[in-house]
Amino acid sequence: MAYLDHAATTPMLPAAIAATTAELGRVGNPSSLHTPGRAARRVVEESREALAEGVGARPGEVVFTSGGTEADNLAVKGLYWSRVAADGRRRRVLVGAGEHHAVLDAAAWLSREQGAQVEPLPLDAVGRVRLDALAESLARDPGDVALVSVLWANNEVGTIQPVAEIVELAHAYGIPVHSDAVQAAGQLDVRFATSGLDALTLTGHKIGGPVGAGALVLRRDADVTPVLHGGGQERDVRSGTLDAAAYAGFAAALTEVVAGRADEAVRLAGLRDELVRRVLDAVPDAELNGDPDPAGRLPGNAHFSFPGCEGDSLLLLLDARDVFCSTGSACSAGVAEPSHVLLAMGASEERARGSLRFSLGHTSTEADVDALAEAIGPAVERASRAGVAAHRVS
Amino acid sequence: MGTNVRVLAAMSGGVDSAVAAARAADAGHDVTGVHLALSRNPQSYRSGARGCCTLEDARDARRAADVIGIPFYVWDMAEQFHTSVVDDFLDEYAAGRTPNPCLRCNERIKFAAVLDKAVALGFDAVCTGHYAILRDGALYRAVDDGKDQSYVLGVLTAEQLAHAMFPLGDTRKADVRAEASRRGLAVADKPDSHDICFIPSGDTAGWLVDRLGCAPGDVVDESGAVVGGHDGAYAFTVGQRRGLGLTRPAPDGRPRYVLAVRPVERTVTVGPREALRVDRIVGVRPRWAGRPPVDAVRCRAQLRAHGEVHRAVAELDGDELTVSLDAPVEGVAPGQAVVLYADDERVIGSATIDRTYRAAGMSV
Repeated sequence: MAYLDHAATTPMLPAAIAATTAELGRVGNPSSLHTPGRAARRVVEESREALAEGVGARPGEVVFTSGGTEADNLAVKGLYWSRVAADGRRRRVLVGAGEHHAVLDAAAWLSREQGAQVEPLPLDAVGRVRLDALAESLARDPGDVALVSVLWANNEVGTIQPVAEIVELAHAYGIPVHSDAVQAAGQLDVRFATSGLDALTLTGHKIGGPVGAGALVLRRDADVTPVLHGGGQERDVRSGTLDAAAYAGFAAALTEVVAGRADEAVRLAGLRDELVRRVLDAVPDAELNGDPDPAGRLPGNAHFSFPGCEGDSLLLLLDARDVFCSTGSACSAGVAEPSHVLLAMGASEERARGSLRFSLGHTSTEADVDALAEAIGPAVERASRAGVAAHRVS
Repeated sequence: MGTNVRVLAAMSGGVDSAVAAARAADAGHDVTGVHLALSRNPQSYRSGARGCCTLEDARDARRAADVIGIPFYVWDMAEQFHTSVVDDFLDEYAAGRTPNPCLRCNERIKFAAVLDKAVALGFDAVCTGHYAILRDGALYRAVDDGKDQSYVLGVLTAEQLAHAMFPLGDTRKADVRAEASRRGLAVADKPDSHDICFIPSGDTAGWLVDRLGCAPGDVVDESGAVVGGHDGAYAFTVGQRRGLGLTRPAPDGRPRYVLAVRPVERTVTVGPREALRVDRIVGVRPRWAGRPPVDAVRCRAQLRAHGEVHRAVAELDGDELTVSLDAPVEGVAPGQAVVLYADDERVIGSATIDRTYRAAGMSV
């Protein structure tokens, strides 16, 4: 089988499995004051320190969450509420038009229910946020902007965003910036302190840790209103019983990934370039989406449109050949919507529907690329016939 | 069809299509389950256990596929369904006819858009949980009279039937439920669906008024005298007796029935029961389960879903099918299908009823 969907989730690293399973059998709520409680708390704090070390932050800046979605919601809603509470004029929320739904839908909810004015920042043709548009938007009235949120690297097309420039533009007006780095952390040099960001989202299962552990790395001076209320375990910003086993696996994964990240990025980029070349060989009219410059995209990401094909047909056919990929789009009842990312990049709905994401990770090998290269040609040929059939009006 | 063919099982989330898929897999076929998402907004179609297009139904279908052990996907057919079935349903009512959307869905979605896509993707057949028997390429009534669905499949052509699979035709519904239970399918006791899937409330008249708007007009008798009013002629069906809201009783005091619906003129014509009696039906858009008949054919005609059958002679003249009934029949609604059966319960073909002629010989 060829698992080419590491951006959806990647296998847990042995070190992470060991760290998590070692804790699963132990009792002790990390918030309890007795000996087993303190032992569990020690695991949580050591995990926090390891994560901070791995991501270039201070331990006190790491707020554990249940994952990326919760961290994104906490950043977007939490920053918005606090900024508006401090100054009621700050109702504009500037988010990349190709953000993950955890950010987009949180912002949309603020707009629908809380009076926020959400401004999607336009993307260029390769999926990068247009800095001129951001600068113009900020300059129009910097005093009414609550926050800016932009992915570190896009989860669908892999385009790396100009985070440093975005931070510089926003900070010139004292506006906080959040970035979701769940895809980037495993493959790029993500460092919180040097990035200048106010908030950064991480999640365990995209880097070889367990599902259900994530973090919002948050500057100590960032004012964030909680989304979840309860015991106030994490700086009173996030409540919920601390999950020592999950955080231990998360931290072990990040530590291992960071140690080998530079070499792994080179290996994945080589494999990815080979994948792109061979898919284009097999299907000459396939179109690579995202940045054609390999340096501008995640090393493990390849994303194509196959003209005349529907992504779901291709996925079905590849699935039957044990090649596993993604249509890279949001689901409702399992129905593929055309990717909002591709639409924001200016693609037609048809092109957006006919796209697939292949994402590589730590278990990927040449054999995976071979399997895809062998299967993609016949799959595209069949799917294009089905695409025609589906559009025939009966 | 031989063994080990590639089968696409359409899985609604109900018990019938789940057992049909399981039987196809048991027969040695290479089965893939597909749930058709037919609603533009999955929440909006009928909720609860009775529907066929809700998120819960998609989940039920997925769980059945898990238990059977087959791959499962959701196909978005909302646009095609809306255009070919829902819009058609509205257009037909707006024209004063009474459509059968299940039949249209079989004709244009399940055994057209879905079948075409399936064949293009390398599948040999589409399998559904319909109660009907396919034998040597011919379609027959199911053994369970109460569940027989050959009527809503009567619109399929020989070519469509050649790529169809109906594994439940030889089984009674109660036994299908028992089998589902034996197989560990959680949908074993899920209630049957009865209503039109895209009208969640079951209130077809209200649904039509919402979309076609209020179009008040007169209810008239056969002489043209106004005997009442209505909010939209399209909400009436030929043969209907209740809910006419007549303000003036018939001179003879006998009940009156809808004889004709003319939305363009905004009139609904009512009259005595005997005026409903027709003995000649002309259908359009004929479809043949085999070769079209050259001569007049003796057959049994069914004029509505789960309706009675009537001895008749059918004759094709160009694109029109004339069905002459041995004995008059009451309340035949244009828009419904006339499905012709041979004496051995084999489906010969069908047509959409365009107009009818009274036993006396006058067009209704």
